Parts: sequence; C-alpha cells; structure tokens
Amino acid sequence: MSAERPSLRNYQSLRRGAITLLVLATAYEAVARSGCFAPALMPTLGTVGQTLIDSILDGTMIVHAGVTLYRVLSGFALAVAIGLPLGVMMGRFRAVENFVLPLTSALMPIPSLAWVPVFILWFGLGDTVTILIVFYAALFPMLLNTWTGVRAVNPIWLRAAGAMGASERALFWKVIIPGSSPFIITGLRQSFLRAWIAVIGAEMLAASNWGLGWVIFDAKEFLNTDVMLASLVVIGFIGFITERLVFGSIERATIYRWGMARAAKS
Amino acid sequence: MANIVEHHDLGYAPVAGGTGSSAGLWSGRWRNALRNAFPFIVVGAMWETVAHLGLFPPRLFPPLEAVAAALMRLTLNGVLPHHAFDTLLRLTAGFTLATLAGITIGILMGRSRRAEDILLPVISIGAPIPGLAYTPLFLLWFGLGNVSTVLLVGFVSAFPIIYNSWTGVKAVKDIWVRSAQAMGADDRRLFRHVILPGALPYILTGLRLGLAQAWRILVGVEMLAAVPWGLGWLIFGAREFLNTDVMLAGIAVIAMIGLALEKLVFQPLEQFTVVRWGMMT
Repeated sequence: MSAERPSLRNYQSLRRGAITLLVLATAYEAVARSGCFAPALMPTLGTVGQTLIDSILDGTMIVHAGVTLYRVLSGFALAVAIGLPLGVMMGRFRAVENFVLPLTSALMPIPSLAWVPVFILWFGLGDTVTILIVFYAALFPMLLNTWTGVRAVNPIWLRAAGAMGASERALFWKVIIPGSSPFIITGLRQSFLRAWIAVIGAEMLAASNWGLGWVIFDAKEFLNTDVMLASLVVIGFIGFITERLVFGSIERATIYRWGMARAAKS
Repeated sequence: MANIVEHHDLGYAPVAGGTGSSAGLWSGRWRNALRNAFPFIVVGAMWETVAHLGLFPPRLFPPLEAVAAALMRLTLNGVLPHHAFDTLLRLTAGFTLATLAGITIGILMGRSRRAEDILLPVISIGAPIPGLAYTPLFLLWFGLGNVSTVLLVGFVSAFPIIYNSWTGVKAVKDIWVRSAQAMGADDRRLFRHVILPGALPYILTGLRLGLAQAWRILVGVEMLAAVPWGLGWLIFGAREFLNTDVMLAGIAVIAMIGLALEKLVFQPLEQFTVVRWGMMT
C-alpha cells in the first residue's frame, strides 16, 4: 500500500493510526468503566483480554476455532473441487455454458443462509448443514471467476500454442491455466471470503456444540459479552491471516511470478 | 478489477441469427429463450421424479406443484407480500444508511490524508470480521427487532462502499485534477466535475457490492433477530412446522427479489451514469 511513499510520511501515517486506535480504546474503556451501561453488556477491555487468554489456555477457544476451520475448509475445498473444473468446462464448451449459466444466475441471488432451515430439515443439525452452506456460498464466485478467466485467455496464445503443435493437454496446463490464473485466484479469494461469512452464520443457526459462530450466539443467551467480544477477536484474526498471508503468498507465488498481475488490486 | 469480476453481468450469448430480417430475429429470440429454459426443465423434471418416487417424505421434499400452490396461496392471502415488503423496507433503510455513511467516509478518506490515516486502521480491523458475527452484539446492545436489523445491515454493507469510494477517489488521474485547477476550478467545481465523475465507476461498484452484501446478510439477520415479519423469518418459522413448501416458496421470492435488484436497479443506474459519461463501456 505504501511502498512508494517516503518513509517520513509513512511514519506519520503509522503514528496517526496508532493514536486513533489508542483514543478509541480509551474512549471505550472510559464508557465501560463509567457505569452508564451494565458491565455485562459492555465489559472493560481488560476483562475481554482476560477471557480471551483464559479460553485459549484451557483449550476451548482453540477447539472452537479448529471446528470452524474444519467446516469452512471442507466446504471451501468442495466448492473448489467442483467449481474450478466446471468453470473451465464452461469456458471451453458452449453446451456446458448454456446449461450451467442460467441455473447459476437463478441460484446466485439467493443468500446461502436462506437455505439453512431447509438444509436443517433435510440433513439434521450438525456439520453436514454447515459444510453444505459453506459450499453453496463459495461455489458461485469460484465458478464465475474461472469461467471469465478461461474466456479471457488471449486467443492468439491459444492459436500460437496450437500452431507450435501443443497437444490439448499441454494447451490446458501451459496456456489456459496460467492465462486464467489471475481470475482463478480472485475467485479463490472471493470464495473463501464468502465461505468465512457463511460458516459463522450457519453455525449460529444450525449450531451443534462447537464452533466460533455458535460460541458467540450461545454467549448472548447468558449475557457473556466478554466471551462474544473475545470470539470476535479470534474470528477477525483468522480472517485477516487467511486474507493477507495465505492469499497474499499464493498470489506472489503464481501470478506475479508468471507476470500476469493486473494493475489494480482488490 | 477484482471487485468488478464478481458482477460482470450474466448477459447470455448474443441472440443467434442476426440475419437482419425480422423473422430470423424472432426465431433467434425463441431459440435463445428455449436455451435458457432448458436447464430449468431438466432440473425441474429431476426434482419431480425424486419427489414422486417417495424416496423422502413429501413433507420434507414436496413436489414442485405443492411449492407453486403454497406460493399462490400465500401471495393471494397477502402474507407473502407483507413479508417481502417488510424485508425490502429494512433493506432500503439499511442500505440508505450505508450509502450515506459509506460514500462520505470513503471520499473523505480519498481526499484527506489525515482522514485516511485516522480511519484506515479502524476499517481494516472491522472489515475482516464477517458481518453476521456482530449480530449477537447488536442484539444485546439495541434489542431484538428492527433497530438492530437495520443498523447491522447498514454497518455491514458500508464497508465495501467505503473501500471502493476511497479507491475511486484515489484512482482519479492526477493530471485531470491539475488541469482543472490550472483552468481555475475551485474546490467545489473540482469535486463536482472531476472527482465525482472520475470516482463514479468505483463508487457504483461499491454500491453494488454493498447491496449484494446487505441482501445476503439481511436474510440471516432476520432469522436471528426475531423480527415479526420478513422473508428470513418466514423461512425460519416454517421450519418449526415442517412446512417445506412454504420455505421453498419463500426462497423463490428471495431469488426473484435478488434478481430484480440486480437487473432493475443497478444495470439501469449504470447505463444512465457511467456509460453515458463514457467512463466505462
């Protein structure tokens, strides 16, 4: 974001950012301690921190996070395993495109969470519902981005490779996949983002006994606002890590290396 | 770029034919309609077969005619329109809130370095947390019902609007700003005639993403916030009584509204502004 700015201004931005956060935290703390609101509804930052550390140390938060990650990754993997090949086929074969596209445009505007009650009836409470909801949420961005990517591959590259005698298979691996990689990676990113949103919502609605979404919702019943805020921190942390570290490094390892990067970054 | 990809419109392959004669055009149009309908016919037939084979109890897996009957019945007795109307009202209220706050904050961040430095950390902390995760917090703070729902929808859909407006203002070419200034434009005219049109494609993308986000969240929030009317609540409540046909009818209405939002609200808006000003083709 700030690679080309002089370091002095960079330092200033950093300082201002830090001051903002500090001021906000102080303001929150002051309101929380002033007793305007019940402490059960607005715990001090110290309490939230304490709850967070305690729950990590006794392992419950780690299990919750683990269960949520298992669900989100299963659903996401399923969506990629189906969305990616289907998207490529849509880009390559007109018949597949004609069949899948109308269905996609009808199903896509339905928020994944609308299916939760139906899926609960069909599959019972538990992991299956959550994983399927995640799958539904993550499928469409994957599918559409892959499709767009394959269609955006420059036809000259295809013809050039064909003229040089590339087989269908070589064409696929050496031209189509690298050529559509910026779109595919954008698709992976958007899919994961959707999956992450969906898993929290699905866990709140179709809760079993574990999962970060379930903890937050369950904590509401007992007015454990500190637990809620602590779980929010964990959720934000995981979201941030996957977005920045995982997808950032995938992008560096593939698109930039292949010289496919586009100007604007999402 | 990445933001736009999500929403490239699903315009189908151009009408075949193109012979110029009106008969050719008509048959092409028919063929096109048929081609779009074909997948639905196949899926519908599969659904019917499974439903009538009795593999699952009909209460859980109703045939399509039962769903259609439920849809008709609920529409005629006014229940479904009431639910849909309340949902749309909440969507409008929340999204209006998000638009006002989002564009203001985004433009402020794009124009003033100080505002950017102050707001960016707050936004980068808030953004990676899925909106629904805030639901219980909002419910505790603002109580069950409409206030929480609208505030939450506004809060969640503000993020993409802020982000895109900010990017848009920063993406306005420096040379346009400088040439306008050299020609003596004051701040106000600079804003109205250069920065706003220049940033508009991004802002519209932001609005579009924000609306999509608001729509996705709203249905979930309605299930959690125990609002008396609303499509999310209709679906969630129908589960208690195993009314799968009502649930599927509700989902069908949700799909129609979602599709209408995209086709009737955003595509015309884009036509009128961005395309007409030649900012985007």
